[in-house]
Amino acid sequence: MTYELLQDYWFILVALLAGLLVALMFVQGANLQLGNRNLTETQKRMVLNATGRKWELTFTTLVTFGGAFFASFPLFYSTSFGGAYWVWVLLLITFVFQAVAYEFHSKKENLLGMKTFRFALIANGALAPFLVGTAVGTFFCGSNFTVDKMAIANPSAPIISSWGSGWHGLEALAQPHAVLLGLGLVCLTAILGGLFVLNTVDDIDLEHRMRRTVRGFLLPFLCLLISWTAILLIKPGFAVAEDGTVYMEDFKYLGNLLEMPVVIVMLAAGTALILYGIFTGAFGKSKSGFWPAAGGTVLVVMVIFFLAGFCNTAFYPSNEDLQSSLTIRNSSSSYFTLKVMSWVSLFIPFVVAYIAYAWYSMGRKKITAEEMDNKENKY
Amino acid sequence: MDIIIWSRLQFAMTAAYHWLFVPLTLGLAMVMATMETLYVIKKDEFWLKTTKFWMKLFAINFAVGIATGIILEFEFGTNWSNYSWFVGDMFGAPLAIEGILAFFMEATFFAVMFFGWNKVSKRFHLISTWLTGIGATISAYWILVANGWMQNPVGTTFNPDTVRSEMASAQAFWEVVSNPVAVSKFFHSVTSGWMTGAVFVVGVSCWYLLKGREKEFARKSIIVGGIVGLIGSAAVMLSGDASGIHAAEFQPMKLAAAEGLEDGGRRAPFTIIPGIKIPGMLSILATHDLDGYVPGINDIIRGYTDNDGNVIPSVEKKMEMGRTALDALATYRELRETNPDSAAVARAILDENVQYMGYGHLEKPEDVIPPVGMVFWAFRFMIGIGMLIALVLLLTTWLSWKNRIADKKWLLWTALWCIPLVYIGGQSGWVVAEVGRQPWTIQGLLPVNVAISSLSAAAVKTTFFLFLAIFAAFLIIEIRILLGTIKNGPKISED
Repeated sequence: MTYELLQDYWFILVALLAGLLVALMFVQGANLQLGNRNLTETQKRMVLNATGRKWELTFTTLVTFGGAFFASFPLFYSTSFGGAYWVWVLLLITFVFQAVAYEFHSKKENLLGMKTFRFALIANGALAPFLVGTAVGTFFCGSNFTVDKMAIANPSAPIISSWGSGWHGLEALAQPHAVLLGLGLVCLTAILGGLFVLNTVDDIDLEHRMRRTVRGFLLPFLCLLISWTAILLIKPGFAVAEDGTVYMEDFKYLGNLLEMPVVIVMLAAGTALILYGIFTGAFGKSKSGFWPAAGGTVLVVMVIFFLAGFCNTAFYPSNEDLQSSLTIRNSSSSYFTLKVMSWVSLFIPFVVAYIAYAWYSMGRKKITAEEMDNKENKY
Repeated sequence: MDIIIWSRLQFAMTAAYHWLFVPLTLGLAMVMATMETLYVIKKDEFWLKTTKFWMKLFAINFAVGIATGIILEFEFGTNWSNYSWFVGDMFGAPLAIEGILAFFMEATFFAVMFFGWNKVSKRFHLISTWLTGIGATISAYWILVANGWMQNPVGTTFNPDTVRSEMASAQAFWEVVSNPVAVSKFFHSVTSGWMTGAVFVVGVSCWYLLKGREKEFARKSIIVGGIVGLIGSAAVMLSGDASGIHAAEFQPMKLAAAEGLEDGGRRAPFTIIPGIKIPGMLSILATHDLDGYVPGINDIIRGYTDNDGNVIPSVEKKMEMGRTALDALATYRELRETNPDSAAVARAILDENVQYMGYGHLEKPEDVIPPVGMVFWAFRFMIGIGMLIALVLLLTTWLSWKNRIADKKWLLWTALWCIPLVYIGGQSGWVVAEVGRQPWTIQGLLPVNVAISSLSAAAVKTTFFLFLAIFAAFLIIEIRILLGTIKNGPKISED
């Protein structure tokens, strides 16, 4: 195995984790329903209990996504997390509140009241996909940082990565293209959330409402996705020359797409699956639209990562100093670390298998209104 | 206060807060898994109800533990940017493995355990309960591999081209994984968690006995909890002994600070409290030899010869070598493309001095001394509380076994008060481990002042108070909910 192959392999794995993370953000999307005034209290509790049995999976995927990025591309981790400070802190806080909200919200001792924790779940439902989407959006617009590895030899100013904007990440909100992706992700996860509830809860009225939700988010989602993709394909991109020099290249991402036929197939299949899932959920009678839509989401997110990082492209570009841009080659861990981790990654199918088995075992009995009245463990 | 202090405070607060929840998760998992096993074997509904009660308390605690764990992970990047790059190659692999092998196990089977009573078979449920605990334990191993590496950075090579510590061979990975500091830390931390879980179960059960409620539930819970706690106590003592040996070998300054030992020597005494010393005991604990040499703070500053005859240079000398390494690094990177021969010379100088590179960032030799008073007293709290708890566990378990505990009010009260004490003991242990290794984020290689992110002190100060408010609120809520659930009781028997 060559170093380059290992670097590419780990970028693919990070992309896969990102895809799984976005797909699993159906938890966030479904929790938006807690703010839906048309839902009864029992229906809200069914939604809450449906996501309550899955949120840890999303949370764990986020942690693993962060861990995998740290392990395989530590320069990205140190530069982005240390620089875009407020974005990551904000994301962190919404997830921290979400993690405790399930356990706390219905307890009378919770001090802040049920409404506060419900609000925390809704806030996480909107902000988490928005922040993740906007952060990934900066992969194509660039951020304001510089990287100088020589700094560590200078005791008076030893920090390698510096951020150029005092907004520390929030300046990405002024990048319309990145924001489009953030908003698109909010719509997509809301749709996935609706489809998940449809798939998990056995309640006719809630079923109708979820189909209506999916229909409601469909148009904004399509508009955002199409406009973001159109801009991406015509905008100049951050190309990397053979000697490592970074320069701007017209139609870079369109070029990347055309250069990778497999990615075109993935994009087509992913989009088709998402649309199929949405249409069966929104207009058909099937309750299983979640599965194709979630699978399609994984594929499409992976495509976004591939377009950002492969074909000699800087996946985390710097507007402040083009040559500080991060590439798969200059930001990764060493050969042996990647090799050791690659061996460990062989366990992933095993992990996926037991998650699938547990999911299947738990999902055989759908959540019902009667269950909400039962005294057994529930949120 | 500057950015370094605020960054340290924020990380210390998050880590200490996280460690309020993790030990209870580790310990309670073992207790309730044992109880559920009893239920499956004996088919006795009593054990089912008992398991479910402790599981309810487990779940309340578990969520906050998970929530604070992710903050720690993110803070490596957000507040310790240089550190993240410098150690990413070493530290990232254990974290990634932790994610793949442990986190998902913990998260997946927690959901089955908590919600699956009527959805999966008894056997699958029992396996899920054990796997939740095992997942948490495996997770602890990998995070302690990372922590152990910071205390004793084995298997690493500094690469001047990438400017970081790297794993240079597959052999290096095994060195990191089997780092003796990591292994003893793992056993010490996890089994201290068993003690915490046990003390929690025993203390709460004693409260029921004091109130004359749930007597059978309380007595049997004390026996199961007590046995887990006693096994934990024995393992904590054994691994604590190993930790002492490792500190003497790899972090002599930490040991000197923990002992308040200014000037060391052979037959060094162990200070129980200031003024009361056991002659020669420290030498025995630190080297397993009465005549073993233990360096004091001043010896380390001045330089000394260790028990293997190695001459350890003075801190001033190390600082000089560190600066030479940093200069050579700068020269190497400047010349590596234009003048390979001169670069090779600089590289050789760097390699010769690189083991002390971190010292090049220090301003004065005294910078290597951690806050002695804090470490000294934390060490005594940890040991004193640990011994008291082992004794209380022994007594409560024995008397419960003999069914003679209910009328021993003084013991019931003591066991109840052991709940806050066990947390103070656990926190003290981490103060010894982490404050004791200051100023290093990575022993000898990277001091805290070089490990931070390029942020303003005001930004970190803001997040510090933000997290402080969130943590305080969550802690109050958690305790209120736990107390409410305990007061409500398992309602198994109202005898």
